[in-house]
Order: sequence, then structure tokens, then C-alpha cells
Amino acid sequence: MSQVPVLIPISLLVSALLALLIGLRDVKLGHRVSLVGASVAFFLSVAGIRAVAGDGEPLRYALGAWMPPVGIEFVLDPLAAYMTGLITFMGIVALVYAPRSLATEAPGKEGFTYPAMLLLLTGLTGISLTGDVFNLYVFLEISAIAAYALLATGDRNAPVAVFRYLLIGSLGGGFYLMGVAFLYFSAGTLNMADLQARLPDLVENRAVITAAAFMIVGLGVKMALFPMHFWLPDAYTNAPSAVAGLIAPIMTKVSAYAIVRFFLDVFPPGFLTEAVPVASTVGWLSAGGILFGSVLALAQQDYRRMLAYSSVGQIGYVGLGIGLANPIGLIGGLLHILNHALMKGCLFFIGGAVRYRAGVTRIPEMRGMGRVMPWTMAAFVVAALAMIGIPPTAGFFSKWYLILGTLEAGNWWWFGVIILSSLLTAVYFFRTVEMIFREPEAGDPAARLLSEIRAGGATSSASHEAGVGPGPATDPGGEPPASMLLPILILGVAIVAAGIMNVVIVEALLERAAAPLGG
Amino acid sequence: MILDFVLGRYPYLFIALLLMIGVHGMMVKRNLLKKVIGMIIFQTALYLLFIQGAKKEGASIPVYSPELGAEAGAYMNPLPHVLVLTAIVVGVAITGVAISLLLVIYRRFGTLDEEEILQKMRESA
Repeated sequence: MSQVPVLIPISLLVSALLALLIGLRDVKLGHRVSLVGASVAFFLSVAGIRAVAGDGEPLRYALGAWMPPVGIEFVLDPLAAYMTGLITFMGIVALVYAPRSLATEAPGKEGFTYPAMLLLLTGLTGISLTGDVFNLYVFLEISAIAAYALLATGDRNAPVAVFRYLLIGSLGGGFYLMGVAFLYFSAGTLNMADLQARLPDLVENRAVITAAAFMIVGLGVKMALFPMHFWLPDAYTNAPSAVAGLIAPIMTKVSAYAIVRFFLDVFPPGFLTEAVPVASTVGWLSAGGILFGSVLALAQQDYRRMLAYSSVGQIGYVGLGIGLANPIGLIGGLLHILNHALMKGCLFFIGGAVRYRAGVTRIPEMRGMGRVMPWTMAAFVVAALAMIGIPPTAGFFSKWYLILGTLEAGNWWWFGVIILSSLLTAVYFFRTVEMIFREPEAGDPAARLLSEIRAGGATSSASHEAGVGPGPATDPGGEPPASMLLPILILGVAIVAAGIMNVVIVEALLERAAAPLGG
Repeated sequence: MILDFVLGRYPYLFIALLLMIGVHGMMVKRNLLKKVIGMIIFQTALYLLFIQGAKKEGASIPVYSPELGAEAGAYMNPLPHVLVLTAIVVGVAITGVAISLLLVIYRRFGTLDEEEILQKMRESA
């Protein structure tokens, strides 16, 4: 049991290598190996959650039997268990979804995509589990490199967008590394628990304050904190749907989680709220990002670009949770990591399903798709309601906790931002919902698909005509194939389930994580 | 006064200068390959920061010697060197990905000039 923390990233890393080698000969077998690896990691994460939920002690594993603070240790505490559970779950869902979607959007690259997805999961689970600030940097860059490779497999313009992301991302990683240097040279240790024991004597030290500033800026770039978000929309818009549906939900959130980790477990209590006003800065930037992202999402005609801008806004809710710096607000922010991952994954997958069937990504061209694929679009409505924050979907509860947090802090500005952005979100999603459920007009892709269904399922290969690669040749009908529909429906159900179960999640994992703020 | 400040900290000033040169290259240069070179300069400056921080006045290399005994202050700190090795590996990997992206970009657009690429992207849109 004590080896669970290290086995989660290792099972992903090993299966990534196996899947690459096998995938060179047999892509399908490589995909199965990837699925097995992600499933093993998921079951280990579930075992970890069961071990630490409630009153369980955190699991610690010292790598190579070098005892901390000398060696690197992996710590599975409630918060890390929460993150690894989410990351590996999204990994499985995206891997199930990937083959059919990639076959149309990035044909011929599948054999390399699955291992890169597993490497991304390795990096993200590593960030969640490590108890060492330098090791966190290494995992941060592992996940970033895997993300660059994955995102670049998209459309014609994808490599240019990803190149910009790479420059900004390595600048962010570099700032974080500089912070590590300052921290190490003033405190003499890299272990998080040891740092927290030693830093209270150094709160006046200017090097430590500089370190905090560099680290938060570096992680802020990686989490696309406004106004350091500008790499995100282009990178996500041009990516294949399966990749965007994996990266958009969890990648920026894990950097936000790393900030929370520094906030709770590295710097002494109160240091980032009083000595250096990092928390309120992150909060105000997030508030700006929420409004900026929501307004720009409103202006987009491309479905994927709308989701990308909405991601810029939604990460702001996690930032608000950090900024509020009270337990209930932080719980809201952390809960939003899970909720937004489920919603955004579901929405990107739906976009991929429409693209697979009809070959379109612009919202006006999606008119009438609700009649072609009713189940998929039912999931879309659930996800859209959750994005707006309608009970009993998950999105309501994280906003509810955040609003309680703003009331407790007496911060009416942020209260207003949450309400206003919910209204803006409602506008841009209702616009899309209306378009999807309208009667298709002649010449719309949906009208053509409907007539094909009525004709008894002639070969519907709109993606052939759109020139995005080999389309579906054999399976007629409106809904996407089962391997794409199933992940969408699972996420749709999970959105409601996470909403109904929110008290269980909060009590078992998050309440204890946010307890240090209770003071 | 100022001379003392400069002489006492010149390695750090040099590192800060390198960092700024690197960021300048990444942000301002129009050629994408020059941006990558800026990134490499930026990363190298970070490695130098770690190496400079590990330095101790009058200390020996971090290999045990019977004459110096087990006195930690008599040896340089080897840990930052190890960190730099790891960071170099990370930097090489990022540079590799960046250059392979440039290859794809060059094959698709026939140029590495940022303005020209943006113009070609606008034309095709």
C-alpha cells in the first residue's frame, strides 16, 4: 500500500514506453496497452483515495530508500489522491474516445499519440504526487513536452500555435526553476515538508519573497492565468478533439493545483496572504480572466475557440478559490477543478463527434445537429447547464462554495464577478443550444445527414468532402460510433453524479486539504 | 560603493544580463530559429545561476578527502550541480521538440519568418 504513490506514475510511464514500441508494429494493440496502463493507474488512484479518505494517514514513499529530506519523496495526501483520481479517469475516457476521432483529425499519427497521452498523464500525476519542489519542475516539463507534441498533431496552423506555447511555457518553467534556486539557496532544502518547517524563520528574507514571486508567476503562465493566457486559445483550437478533450480539462488545473500546494504545504501559513500578497493578486487576475474569457467566448463563431476562451475564464474560478484564502472558498476552487474537467472534456468530445459526422466546427454550421445526434446533444445540454451553474449539475456546487467564500470574506466585487460571468456563460451556451436544436435548413450539414439517415444509411462521409481525412464508411446513422458516444455519455452522467455527490467528495478529501486555512 | 556592489556580485549581474538577452531574443526576434536560440540562452543562464549558487569561498571539489575530513563547509555543494544536469536534460528535450516543430512549420509555410507565416495563415483562412 505504501508503494501506491510511486506506482501511479510508474505504471503510466512503463505503459507509455510499451505502447510506443508495440504501436510501431500494431497500432491497435498499442492502443489496448495504453488503455490497460491508464486503467491500472486509475485503479491504483482509487485504492489511494480509499486509503486516505476520511481520517486516513497520507501515504509516503521515499524513492530509492533515500529518506527525506535528503531524497525525493512521493506523498499521497487527500488532495493528491483527488487529483490523481481525476487525471487518470480523464485519461481513460480520452483514450477510449481517441481512435475514431484521431482517424479523421490526425490520421497516421495514432501510434505516437497514445504514448504521448500517457506521458502527459505521467507528468501530471507526478506533479500531483511529488513532495519535492525540484522534482515538481521535472514533472511540469514532462507534461509540457508531451502536451506540445500532442497539440501539434492538429490542423495546418497547429505547429505555429504550439511553438508559441512552447516559448511561453519554457519561460514559465524557467521562472519556476529560478524560484527553486532562490528557495534552495536560502532554505537549504528542496523537500516540501522540510521547507515548511524551515521557512517560518525566513519570512523576512528577500530571497524567499523573490522565490515566491518567481514561482507563482511561472506556474501562473502554465495555468494560463490572465493576462498570461494568450498562448491557450490558438493551441487548443487547432488541436485534435481527443487531445483537446484531454489537455483542456486537466493541464492548466494541475498548475493551479501546484499553486495551491505551495500555498498550503510549502510556504508558512499567512506568508502568501500577508507577507507577499500573492493570494489576492491571483484572485484579482482571475476575476479579470473570468470576465475577459467569458466576453471573448461570446464573440467566437468557432465552437472549439469558444470552448478555449471559456477555459481561460473557468480557470479563473480556481484562482478565485486561491484568492479568497478561506477554507470554503478554496474548497469551491478545488471542486471546480473536478467539475470543469468533466464539463470541458465532455464539450470538446461533443465537438469532435460533430466534426466526425458532419465535418464542421463552426457554430452556425451545427444548426439542427440535435436532430441528427439526440443522445450526444442531450449530453451537451447537461454540460452546458453545468457550465452555467444550474443545480443539480456539478457546476452549481463549486460556484455555490465560491459564493459562500466571497460572502465570508466580504468581497462583493468577486461575488459580482461570479454572478455576471454565469450570466455571460448562459448567453453563449444558450446561443449554441438554440442553434443545435433548431430545424435544419436546406444546405446545412445536418439536413444532409438527416436525409441520409432516412434513406436507410447510405455511406455518410461528410468528412471526406471536407477533406479532413478518411471518414466513417460503414456505420450509418446520426450518433457517433460507440467508442465516441460512450465517453461523452459517461462524462454527462459524471457531471450530474459529481454534483449530487459533492458533499461526499468535500467531506472525504477536500475539507481536510483546506483545513490549514481555518486557522 | 557602486563598484563594491558590482565587484561583489558580478557573476549574478552577468547571469541577469544573460537572462534578459534570452528573453529579448524570445520576444523580439522575428525569425523563429532565433527565438529558439534566445530560449537556449535563457535556460543556460538558469544553469549558471545554480552553479554560481553552489560556490563556496575556499571550498574543495565535492569528493571526500581525508585531509579535509567530514567538515561540510570544506566542500562545494554538489546538489545544485546534479539539479543542473537534470535541468540540462529537460532543456535539451524542449529544444528538440522546438526544432522539430520548426521543421514542420518550414515544410508547411516555406519560411521561418514570423510575419510571413502569419500572413500566409491569414491568406489561407
